[in-house]
Amino acid sequence: MSHDETLKESLTRNGVSRRGFLKFCATAASIMALPPSMVPAIAAALESARRPSVIWLSFQECTGCAESLTRSHSPTVEGLIFDAISLDYQHTLQAAAGDAAEEAREEAMKENWGKYILVVDGSIPLGNPGYSTIAGISNLDMLKETAKGAAAIVAVGTCATFGGIPKANPNPTGAVSVSDIIKDKPIVNVSGCPPIPVVITGVLAHFLTFGTIPELDELGRPKVFYGNNIHDRCYRRPFYERGEFAETFDDEGAKKGWCLFKLGCKGPITYNACATAKWNEGTSFPIESGHGCLGCSEPNFWDMGGFYKALSQPAVDVSQTAAYALGAGAVAGLGIAALNRKKKADVATDHQTVTIHDLRRNDPSKTEAEDS
Amino acid sequence: MDHREKVIMSERVVVDPITRIEGHLRVEAQMNGNTIEQAYSSGTMVRGIELIMQGRDPRDAWAFAQRICGVCTLVHGIASVRAVEDALDYKIPKNAEIIRNLMVASQYVHDHVMHFYHLHALDWVDVVSALSADPKATSELAQSVSPHWPKSSPGYFSDMRKKLKGFVEGGQLGIFAKGYWGHPAYKLPPEANLMAVSHYLEALTWQRNVVKLHTIFGGKNPHPNFLVGGVPCPIDLNSDSAINMKRLSQVQDIITEMMTFVEQVYIPDTLTIASYYKEWGKQGEGVGNFLCYGDFPSNGMGDSSSFMIPGGVILNRDLTKVHPVDMSKQDEIQEFVAHSWYDYEGGKEKGLHPYDGETNLNYTGPKPPYKQLDVDESYSWMKSPRWNGQVMETGPLARVLNLYAQGHEQTQELVNMTLKHLDLPVEALFSTLGRTAARTLETKIIGDAMQGWLNDLIINIKAGDTKTFNETQWDPSQWPSEARGVGYMEAPRGALAHWIVIKDSIIDNYQAVVPSTWNAGPRDAKGQAGPYEAALEGTDLHDPKQPIEILRTIHSFDPCIACAVHLTDPDGEEIMKVKVV
Repeated sequence: MSHDETLKESLTRNGVSRRGFLKFCATAASIMALPPSMVPAIAAALESARRPSVIWLSFQECTGCAESLTRSHSPTVEGLIFDAISLDYQHTLQAAAGDAAEEAREEAMKENWGKYILVVDGSIPLGNPGYSTIAGISNLDMLKETAKGAAAIVAVGTCATFGGIPKANPNPTGAVSVSDIIKDKPIVNVSGCPPIPVVITGVLAHFLTFGTIPELDELGRPKVFYGNNIHDRCYRRPFYERGEFAETFDDEGAKKGWCLFKLGCKGPITYNACATAKWNEGTSFPIESGHGCLGCSEPNFWDMGGFYKALSQPAVDVSQTAAYALGAGAVAGLGIAALNRKKKADVATDHQTVTIHDLRRNDPSKTEAEDS
Repeated sequence: MDHREKVIMSERVVVDPITRIEGHLRVEAQMNGNTIEQAYSSGTMVRGIELIMQGRDPRDAWAFAQRICGVCTLVHGIASVRAVEDALDYKIPKNAEIIRNLMVASQYVHDHVMHFYHLHALDWVDVVSALSADPKATSELAQSVSPHWPKSSPGYFSDMRKKLKGFVEGGQLGIFAKGYWGHPAYKLPPEANLMAVSHYLEALTWQRNVVKLHTIFGGKNPHPNFLVGGVPCPIDLNSDSAINMKRLSQVQDIITEMMTFVEQVYIPDTLTIASYYKEWGKQGEGVGNFLCYGDFPSNGMGDSSSFMIPGGVILNRDLTKVHPVDMSKQDEIQEFVAHSWYDYEGGKEKGLHPYDGETNLNYTGPKPPYKQLDVDESYSWMKSPRWNGQVMETGPLARVLNLYAQGHEQTQELVNMTLKHLDLPVEALFSTLGRTAARTLETKIIGDAMQGWLNDLIINIKAGDTKTFNETQWDPSQWPSEARGVGYMEAPRGALAHWIVIKDSIIDNYQAVVPSTWNAGPRDAKGQAGPYEAALEGTDLHDPKQPIEILRTIHSFDPCIACAVHLTDPDGEEIMKVKVV
């Protein structure tokens, strides 16, 4: 089979040495009126005209994340895997099976050592290596082996990023996340159950376009998608401010699109792009279709105490929140957004009540001080 | 490696990972020459979701259950809300029933098309051969099998070939790397290969559009939202934030787009490809027993006579008799663990009804990394469900046979048309080819019904009924202190049921018996092989190093292994002990 050579390979085949190749790059730089310091960059760009290799490992997962990848409309999954990357190992889509599939993984690792992107979906069980194996190899061993030669790791979905549903109480298989195991590689956490399709491809596209990992929050998630909580970006937020809540599904408030806070919406403590990017080419998102946010991009969201329990049940009544909100206007919104991470994690884990006092805080440093 | 070990190894063909499926499946085939003598199916991953569900709010159960699988996303959500509703005798509004039917049916159409093109096709379609296709001849072929599909000009196929050529000749084959290209089992002419590869890409675009039906009613896909007692999306023609005319129009467009592709691409492609593989109408049958629970109610789950797909069991290929199924009878549906990595307190030989389901994780397989399983002992994370002690196949073929046997006119027409087109006898249905064809035919049957449900929804709304949620039993304080129920459905991959026991408003026990467990489960206490295992017996492998024949038959079942592996245990402490070990 003929091989579409990079320029470097073509020059090498025609007897041009490394020195000759660099000289070629220097000539090119001068023609383009670029400083000599650009020569190495040009050389690197020319050498790497091949599509970057991506190896995707699936461990304790439901394939919802791979399905979500196929739903991406921009970039499209076909644009991504046929034009932008070389998806060399991915169980759901790859033609090869059995030994041939494992050979594909091993070859991709060897040929692209130090350069490939490793994508992982699913958690890793530490309870017993026999809880999850591929080709007779435990997930732990395969992750460690494949991570070694990776340039960066993208953990896709809440199972790979935070342990997800396998880790939910009582975590019967001892499931852990990728970052619990791999400590010496850059890891991007793309959480969500599953993540929004364009968020998965968006992170890969960022890496391919800019050659860097996007800026991350303290949980390792790209700020561009996880920088704001859903509540702050929700189109129903004005109803929260006015104290207009759906009291049950299908009541007048539900039909009119009022706030789902009282029906258990976890939007205020959930950082994700659902309310802005929305789902499936901007068609809708859970709140728009009448169901509260489950909080699926947050660690331990399965153990937050119930999907239909209002997150914040001040001792008095939620209507008090509303009354406050009416009085203080937008400050309430700022306040809830400013709850520091630890506090929010505690609320999530213990399903603590969030009081009006909590809502009123809008200075993270002050909140920190008050908490300690 | 000593000599004896070498001999054993050479007789065993191992395929792990089986790719282009959901989940983690391993197949080991004991060979006699080039013929499979015995096959062993092993699920190699366990999470323990049912155990995780214990002690939680039954109204939350659907979200947990749904994460059993993200491919047949929603089916476990539906089975779960039905289980809770059955336990509490909780009725849902008419509109909710229709919307659920629409969502389940659209899952079928989406799932079956994706299975055909993205999971199954590469067993029959040689991507590399497509490079030598003549675009003009490909266009003629495409227009002869589907005269109305617009993407069929010589220019279109010329572009597709160019794109593919650039991809293959670039030397980076990506997802197509290491396929068995050029294997003599590939029988399609280059033109049919090019047409199929083009439709592979078209189907990727199509599926992304048609899943939006789930997004409209459930907010997202994968994993749309559900609700015990109805559906979460309200209907209000005068609201910009509910199911309104704009949303109904979108749903109509999606149904049209779905069915246009099914009729003009999926069905013609199935028939065209099948016509080159008629010999597969004689192999890969398996057990010859078929199980359905039935689905698509028009008068509540309590009235099974209102189901569009009937329930019933067919034994030994006998289409003249359909046996009824009782899901609550203690000795009818049972699960066995004789060859599974679980223990039963009453011993590994026993079978248990799902209400009394009991599972203690006990991995006794070889220590990873391993080369071969000990198939005389336990060898899978799947259990072995049985109906009256018998092995059952479930899925599209079971449903089509049930519809056919029970006199469903459209089914009989479609089946007869297909057999006539391929010049094959009725017996050809019981095969790898029959299973794949049945999936295509039921896509048409269920897809066609969607238009009727959308019309019903509109008629209902027009009559002034916009109710989507029944509030009366939402509050747990109104529930009995103890309740049990079964939620069942026909998932794209077959008969699915969840059994729930509720005590003091929380989940006391939860058990899912899923289609791929019926199909992919290991041997039982009597040594009866599961459907995958039985279907592979007697298959000849042209080249044991390139076991494409195994992939063809296994993929014809559309495996969903994360679904198939589950556990539950009324006594959590037992499991914790195992975890410590």
